[in-house]
Amino acid sequence: MTEATAPVMPAPAPIVNPENKPFWDATVEGRLVLPKCQNCGSINWYPRVFCPECGKFGVDWIDAAGTGTIYTFAITRRGMGAYGKAGPYVLAYVELDEGPRIMTNIVDCDVDSINIGDKVRVVFHDTGSGSALPRFTPVS
Amino acid sequence: MGISGAAFIAGAYEHPLRVIPDKSVAQVHAEVAAGALADAGLSFSDVDGYFCAGDAPGMGGIGMADYMGLKLKHTDSTETGGSSYLVHVGHAMEAIHAGKIKVALVTLAGLPRQASANLQMGVTDTPEGGFENVFGPTIHGMYALAAKRHMHEYGTTSEQLAWIRVAASTHAQYNPNAMFQNVVTVEDVINSPMVSDPLHRLDCCVISDGGGAVVIVSPDVAKGLERHSIKVLGHGEAPKHSDNGKIDLTYTGAAWSGPAAFDEAKLTPKDIQYASIYDSFTITVLEQIEDLGFCEKGKGGEFVADGGLISPTGRLPFNTDGGGLTNNHPVNRGGMTKILEAVRQLRGEAHPAVQVPNCELALAHGTGGSIGTRMGSATLVLGRD
Ligand SMILES: [Zn+2]
Repeated sequence: MTEATAPVMPAPAPIVNPENKPFWDATVEGRLVLPKCQNCGSINWYPRVFCPECGKFGVDWIDAAGTGTIYTFAITRRGMGAYGKAGPYVLAYVELDEGPRIMTNIVDCDVDSINIGDKVRVVFHDTGSGSALPRFTPVS
Repeated sequence: MGISGAAFIAGAYEHPLRVIPDKSVAQVHAEVAAGALADAGLSFSDVDGYFCAGDAPGMGGIGMADYMGLKLKHTDSTETGGSSYLVHVGHAMEAIHAGKIKVALVTLAGLPRQASANLQMGVTDTPEGGFENVFGPTIHGMYALAAKRHMHEYGTTSEQLAWIRVAASTHAQYNPNAMFQNVVTVEDVINSPMVSDPLHRLDCCVISDGGGAVVIVSPDVAKGLERHSIKVLGHGEAPKHSDNGKIDLTYTGAAWSGPAAFDEAKLTPKDIQYASIYDSFTITVLEQIEDLGFCEKGKGGEFVADGGLISPTGRLPFNTDGGGLTNNHPVNRGGMTKILEAVRQLRGEAHPAVQVPNCELALAHGTGGSIGTRMGSATLVLGRD
């Protein structure tokens, strides 16, 4: 059985607040940025201006390569809310080349042919509300 | 150190219904409170400490204290999801040991079947919310993420996970109040519809109305009661979170709360004759059994297979009421019912077909939140005095 992910995945908008606005602003420009601690250099996730590694405030928003590998995934057959009519879709954690494992979706793929460890690259889906969702697609 | 034995579970009560169309949430809280107090041989006027979580209506414990007319010296509304009630037992023991209170009441109740149960995580302005909720993480999806990774690292199979449901359903046939009393096979589980690969419908718990309550008392109060009280020997709790992008989905907070509870009780997993293990999903059980030390990490699949959890003959008799998978998972919070069945086992009051002979030491363990992101975890070691 071959099922492609929904041709048009829903793209619900996140709540953007002053702390995480630099992250979401970058997504609209097609850039995946990560907060790098100005004190200890740790690249943190989820995005915040506080560093949970060293306890200091202050980060630089650095450009990520936008590539990584699938740490784990689940094929959700029926979603809820905005995903109620999405059809089968892939919820995943992708381990970025910079280190952090981030929750996302794997898109533009045959859901029954992806595997843990597959290489993926970021794509952005505009929410229409000043943000775009960083999702990932297999690198062939 | 530790305060092992500083408190006793004197009363325990599980609401008999799983669908409750004609009552309010506060009313069900009060019904289970009345049930547990009657079981202990105590009354509402004896209660000087009240413990509840987010399922209780009102601000913290104050709304329900008002409803029930409680005169209190101590309230605690620690919220760690489904594990809250095991945390409450530990905190009640601390308050009793400190001499603040003598009789603590813990309640859980809710009516999720009376509204359209929405398992989508709410979109609120939590600091992490915008980086997770927008990707459609259903509850079953997040547990499926853990199952998939566990399978990848350790070779765990869907058939092994299915054995957990088989054991639960084998026990549930003896529980007349259980939501599902039919015994299922490994094939039944594997052939049930996929919900979130690799989890099938029968890998998931029930959604039930209802609730339960326990009454925790000081050793002095316990001595004066006719009912057989159960000693709280050890308590451990530990949140586990996403660890700044280093999340590891192959283990749970039980890896920390379990050893803490065993240390306080001065016991080891080998001493435990019966275990109530949180069972929101089959994978939850498997990871926690490993984390609590009942088997080596990664060997949970072999441990649970071939009837490993079936009472009284299996390697570790578990969830003899049928658990959250088949009996009851009130308000999507299975921690209270884990305590209740452990108390039944230690009192020798489980169904004879599933009663562990001479059960003297038991464990109850709860998870809250999601093993796919961040979770509460709490473990109790309990003993027949
Ligand atoms: Zn830092």
